[in-house]
Amino acid sequence: MNNKAITPHWEHFEHAADIGIRGIAPTLEQAFEQIAVAMTAVVTNPDQVSASKAVSIRCEATDNELLLLDWINELVYEMAVHGLLFKHYQVAIHDGILSATAFGEAVDRQKHQPAVEIKGATFTELRVYQQADGSWVAQCIVDV
Amino acid sequence: MDTSQFVQRDETCWEIPAKGNMRVPAIIYTDAQLLQDMDQKVYEQITNVATLPGIVEAAYAMPDAHWGYGFPIGGVAAFDPEQGGVVSAGGVGFDISCGVRTLHTGLNMAELQPHKQVLADELYRTVPAGVGSRGRIHLNHDSMHGMLTGGAQWALEQGYGEDQDMERIEEHGCMAGAEPKYVSSRARERQKDEMGTLGSGNHYLEVQRVAEIFDQTVARSFGLQVDDVVISIHCGSRGLGHQIGTEFLKEMAMSAAQYQIVLPDRELACAPLTSPLGKQYLGAMRAGINCALANRQIITHLTRQAVAAVFPGIHLGLLYDVSHNTCKLEQHTIDGRKKALYIHRKGATRAFGPGHPDLPPVFKETGQPVLIGGSMGTSSYVLCGTRESEQRSFSSACHGAGRAMSRSKATKQWQGGKLVEELAAQGIIIRSLSMRGVAEEAPLAYKDVSAVVDIADRAGLARKVARLEPVICIKG
Repeated sequence: MNNKAITPHWEHFEHAADIGIRGIAPTLEQAFEQIAVAMTAVVTNPDQVSASKAVSIRCEATDNELLLLDWINELVYEMAVHGLLFKHYQVAIHDGILSATAFGEAVDRQKHQPAVEIKGATFTELRVYQQADGSWVAQCIVDV
Repeated sequence: MDTSQFVQRDETCWEIPAKGNMRVPAIIYTDAQLLQDMDQKVYEQITNVATLPGIVEAAYAMPDAHWGYGFPIGGVAAFDPEQGGVVSAGGVGFDISCGVRTLHTGLNMAELQPHKQVLADELYRTVPAGVGSRGRIHLNHDSMHGMLTGGAQWALEQGYGEDQDMERIEEHGCMAGAEPKYVSSRARERQKDEMGTLGSGNHYLEVQRVAEIFDQTVARSFGLQVDDVVISIHCGSRGLGHQIGTEFLKEMAMSAAQYQIVLPDRELACAPLTSPLGKQYLGAMRAGINCALANRQIITHLTRQAVAAVFPGIHLGLLYDVSHNTCKLEQHTIDGRKKALYIHRKGATRAFGPGHPDLPPVFKETGQPVLIGGSMGTSSYVLCGTRESEQRSFSSACHGAGRAMSRSKATKQWQGGKLVEELAAQGIIIRSLSMRGVAEEAPLAYKDVSAVVDIADRAGLARKVARLEPVICIKG
């Protein structure tokens, strides 16, 4: 099966106390973009978020899993400090360096009705891997 | 979970004898039914904790134990620095010093009843709760330093609270040994506008009615009688604690090999207590404890303001303030010898018994109040520490009900708006920003807190004193 046929998408998976986030896509970069949408969906419906602000993010790590951990934690930090929610993302990864732009807006408590804030990404179920069909999966559990 | 994996020591004590890389046994305090229902992950995680260097006696899990990060939530473990013992960021958790504080109001239900709605509105207006809420205090560099070293005592100096509050807070309101220099600029940045905020998730402020008394003598000593109204606050160290946890978890995971620590799970990330990294974490984590104590102190002040707006001239005294995500240096007796040990309590409450030297005179005869928060809409409990818990679990008890169902399942099963109506029909007022948040915290998404507390009582971890029922819940 040609992995280009896979539509980039995200999903949540079960954890007893918290919540698992997962991105699945033809490329590593898109899987990172999708898992970040899954993270927004823990807080609010991403469709309710507009993309009026752009934030640049850069991180570097020795392997893809640590890079994913850093990526999610950078976003958690930006969301917390600047009171933002993100709708979508553009990610580039070269030689363990991630450069990205996150597009979103300030939290509007009435409009977004945020359910819960994210404390941080964890090592639990932290995995980045390529499936037999060539598609990439990026996942972890976030503590809420 | 398969109960045949355990040796049953008594009605509530289930042991996994040391095997493989385990340095000590693992012990779960629970009954046959709850053990059967417990997640198999608790077995994996508690036996993993038992492999860590310098662990003393056993790795313990409380009756409310469930799948956590590295440590199970409801996990207790003691480490000896003289035997290569470690400190683990995962063993404390992201929400450093998350805890519960309970206030007396001096009101009874009859006095509260006509003012319930007004009080609910006033509390919701006064205490910042939920995602995107900001406190009214803005910390600069100096006030941040003062807060991180002074905890609730710093808050008191700023005018939040009363002198007599301090003896009714663990560590008398100030955790010694905090080293703000190990708290990163990012952790500070996350906190500077978050003082005096509840946060979200399972955090709350609840007005409660004393519904039942189990021990009249201790209840009287704690100032509790049936139909009294109390207020409980459940929250932690907010963004600062989360950021400290995030940063040290990663650093400890990456440094494990350097310290020749074999991690069965990266989330168990730890460092020797005597190593530079271990000491840095202890200094930062203690600053995080102070942040939580200051936060609950400021919320107490806001609560007093809100209640006084409805009941002029009222005085709200503190029953006690407990933390349930900590690592603390304590004296414990091992084989007849006093040892200084670092006790990790991850989702577990300290439960010092009568006569413990660290308790203020007011609790010397009763043992410390052990405050167990329920889920939204269900009972909470006040227990007291026992002498035997020293030998059972390094003086530790459970901390809450523990989730029985994931958030996604809960949102599929319940609608927030309907839950609020159902609870209102039972006389419980819910105030929340997010109806989805309400659904995620549905009462039935949690285990039965009463069953958990009964076991803690039967196991001798702490003794039941009073049951509290919710009247108003300001959900974080």
